[in-house]
Amino acid sequence: MENRKISNKLSILNQLIIVMLFSLFYLGVADAIYASTETQGKNIAAQDTNREDAPGRKFAKQAVKREHRWITTDHSKHEALKKDFMSGYEITKACLSCHSEASSQFHKTIHWTWLASENGGNLDNKNISTQDNKKDRRYGKAGYSVNNFCISSNNMQDKACLSCHTGWNGKNGEVNCLKCHGMSTFNYKEAFEDIKAFAAETDDPESKEIMKEIQAEVKEAVGKIGLPQRNNCGECHFKGGGGDGVKHGDLDTSLIKPNRNLDVHMGVDGKNFTCTRCHTTTNHNIAGRIYTNPAVEINKSLLEDDLAPKITCVSCHSETPHKTASKMNDHTNKVACQSCHIPEFARVNPTKMSWDWSKAGKVKDGKPYSIVGDLGKDTYLSIKGEMIWEKNVKPKYFWSNGSQTSTTAVDVIDPSTVVKVSQPVGDMNDPNSRIFPFKLHKGKQPYDKVHKTLLAPLLSGEKGYWTTLNWDESIKIGNEMVGLPFSGEYDFVETTYVFPITHMVAPKEKALKCVECHINNSGRLEELTGFYMPGRDKASIIDSFGWLAVLASLAGVTLHGLGRFFTRNGNGKDK
Amino acid sequence: MSDNKIIKIYLYTKFERFWHWLQAAMIIILLITGIEIHGAFTLLGYETAVEVHNFIGLSWLILFAFFVFWLFTTGEWRQYIPTTKKLFSVIVYYSVGIFQGKPHPVQKSPGAKHNPLQRLTYLALSAMLLPIQMTTGVLYYTWNLWGGAAIPLLSAMPLLFVAILHTLVAFMLLSFLIVHVYMTTTGHSLFSHISGMITGWEEIYETTKVQEWELPARHK
Repeated sequence: MENRKISNKLSILNQLIIVMLFSLFYLGVADAIYASTETQGKNIAAQDTNREDAPGRKFAKQAVKREHRWITTDHSKHEALKKDFMSGYEITKACLSCHSEASSQFHKTIHWTWLASENGGNLDNKNISTQDNKKDRRYGKAGYSVNNFCISSNNMQDKACLSCHTGWNGKNGEVNCLKCHGMSTFNYKEAFEDIKAFAAETDDPESKEIMKEIQAEVKEAVGKIGLPQRNNCGECHFKGGGGDGVKHGDLDTSLIKPNRNLDVHMGVDGKNFTCTRCHTTTNHNIAGRIYTNPAVEINKSLLEDDLAPKITCVSCHSETPHKTASKMNDHTNKVACQSCHIPEFARVNPTKMSWDWSKAGKVKDGKPYSIVGDLGKDTYLSIKGEMIWEKNVKPKYFWSNGSQTSTTAVDVIDPSTVVKVSQPVGDMNDPNSRIFPFKLHKGKQPYDKVHKTLLAPLLSGEKGYWTTLNWDESIKIGNEMVGLPFSGEYDFVETTYVFPITHMVAPKEKALKCVECHINNSGRLEELTGFYMPGRDKASIIDSFGWLAVLASLAGVTLHGLGRFFTRNGNGKDK
Repeated sequence: MSDNKIIKIYLYTKFERFWHWLQAAMIIILLITGIEIHGAFTLLGYETAVEVHNFIGLSWLILFAFFVFWLFTTGEWRQYIPTTKKLFSVIVYYSVGIFQGKPHPVQKSPGAKHNPLQRLTYLALSAMLLPIQMTTGVLYYTWNLWGGAAIPLLSAMPLLFVAILHTLVAFMLLSFLIVHVYMTTTGHSLFSHISGMITGWEEIYETTKVQEWELPARHK
C-alpha cells in the first residue's frame, strides 16, 4: 500500500507533464495541418513565405507596380492644332486629321447614341447592323428608358440633358473630343459664342483684337490633350441627375481628389487610379454597366485573360484574395467584394435618396420657392418636389448577376404596387449571382392612369414643367417628343431605382465586420431570405427543444444532488 | 460493504486520459464558441469565435482518429459493447438506491470500466452523436467546396439541414456534459471519479479479486 501511494504521487506529476507536452505537440501538428488545408490546390500564394499581405493584396500590388503610364506625343506641338479656331467643329476636324477613325468609332458607342439595345449597345457585333441597333429604342436615355430622377430625356430634346452629350451641338453634328480628352477646364462653348459675336463686328478693329485674344486662349487650351482624367468622366458621371451626387451615391465630385479613406484605388495618397484604369476601352467603347448588359459577365483574373473587357476586383485580386485559411475566401462565390468593402456610400458628399414629384408645383406668394435641408441641399423645390438627401448611407443588398431590368415608358405597370423602374437581376441559385450592394432611390412620378405607363414630362425649356409648373402640358409635350401616347389622365406612382455600388472602396480595415450580417434581427442581410446564414438564422423549434433539454438536465442533476445531500448518501456514512 | 477496504486500481492509461481531457476541453470550447456563433451571446467576438471553432473542430477530427485507432488496436472497443445485463439494476441504483446508501451494483474493473448504462451512453456518444457532429461540422466547413455540384446528392441538401442537425447535436452534447459532470460526483467522495480520470487510479471496494498484473507496481 505504501509503495503504491508513492508511485501514485510520482505519476501524477509525471503524467501531468506528459499530458502537457503531448497537448503542445498535438496543437502544433494540428495547427500545421489546419493551415495547410486551404493552401492546397490553385492557391499560388501558399508558396510564398511572406505572411504579411493577403494574396489578393499582393497580386494587385504586382499588377499595378508600374504606376505611370506615359504618352508619346505633345499635342501643343502639333501643327494641326496651332490654328485660330472659329468653332468647335473646326477643332474636331483638326483632331480627325490625324485620328481619322476616332469619330466613326465613337458614333457607334453608347456614349454617343444613348441607346442600349438588347444587344447591350455593343455595336461591334457583326450579327446585327448598326442601323438595326440604332432603331432599337427600347433601352437608353435616347430611347424609352425612364428613371425616377428627371425621368426622361424626351428623345434627347430636353436641352438640359444635352449638356452631357459628347457633341458640340447636342446630338447633331460632330463629336466634341475635348469633353473626354481635353485636360483644360476651358469653357469652349462660351468662347466660341464670343468669337462669333466679335467676328460679326467686322469693321471694329478692337473687336477683332479681342477675338484674337480669345482664339489664343482656345489654342492654348486645345494644346492640352490627354487620356481622360477623373474630371472628364466626372463632369457627367459625378453630376448625373442634374447635380453633384444626385444619382449614383458612389460617384460624386469628392472622387476628383479623394483620399484613400474614401477610395483606396483612386485616393491621391494611395494608388491614384483614374477611371480608365479599370474602365478599359476598345475602339472608344468604354467598359462598364450598360442598362441590360451585365457589368461583369465572368469574374476573370488577368492571369486567365489579360485582355478581358473590363478590370474587375477579381482581375487583380484573384478569387481568393484573403489570407489563406480565412473563412472570408469562402464568401467570394456568393458575396460580391463590394458588399463588405464598401461599408457606406456618399461618405463625403450627400446623395439624393428620394424624390417626390407629386409635391412639386407649390408656390409662395405666387412664386416658386425652395427649402434647404441640413446637408446644404434642397429638400424642397417648387419645380422638382420633395427630396431627401443622405450621407454615409448603408447600401441595400440584392442578388445580382451584374445586370438590371428596367421598366421603360412603353411597359405596362401596376400602379397599386411600388414600380421597380430598375431592378437587379439575380438569384441565389445562379452561380453567377452575388449578393451585391445597391443604392435604392425612391421616387414618386407621373403615370398614365388609362394606359398604365410611366410618363415622360418635358422639364426644361419654355414649355417645360420647370417653367410652367403645368403637368398636363409638360406631359403632353414630353410624351409627344418620345412618340408615345398620353391619355390626358395622370397620377403619381411610387417607384424605385437601383444603382450598383462599386466605387468608394474603403481601406481593408474599414471593411464590414462579420456581425454586420451574421446577427439576429438587425443585420444588413435581414431582407435576403431563402438560405441559412449562421448567426442570423435559427430553427426556433430546435432551439427551444435544445435549451429545454439543457435546462431539464440541469434541473435533474440539481434535484438528484439535493436528494443525495438530504439522504444517507449525502451524510458521508459511506466514507 | 463499508467493511470492505477501498483499493485503487489502474484503470485509465495515459493515452486514454490524455484523449479524454483534451476532448473534454475541445468540446467545452466548441460549445462555447458554437453557441456564440449561433447568436446566444458575445464573448470572443464573432470572427474569433468562428476561427477558434473551426480550428478546434478540425483538431478534434485528428484526435478522434487517434481515439478510434487506439480503440481498435487495444481491443478497448469491447468496453462499448452494449449489454442489458444489470442495466435495470444500475438504473434502479441511480434513481433509488443511491439515496438509500446502497452500493453500486456494478464494480469497475479493467475488463469492464463502464457499467451497462455507461456502455449504452458512451456507445451512443462515440458511435453516433460525435460522428454526426463531426460529419455535419465538416460539411458545414467545406460547404463551398461542393456546394455547387461536386456531389449531386449533397448539393441537393440545403445548408439549413446541416446546420439544424449540428445545432441539435450540440444541445444534446451540452446536456450530456451536464449530466456527465454531475455523475462524477457520485463516487466514494465527490472528486474520486475525477481524480481517477486524472491519475488513472480509480478507487474501488476490494470485493473483486485484483489480479497481480493489475497492481500499480506494474505501471510504474
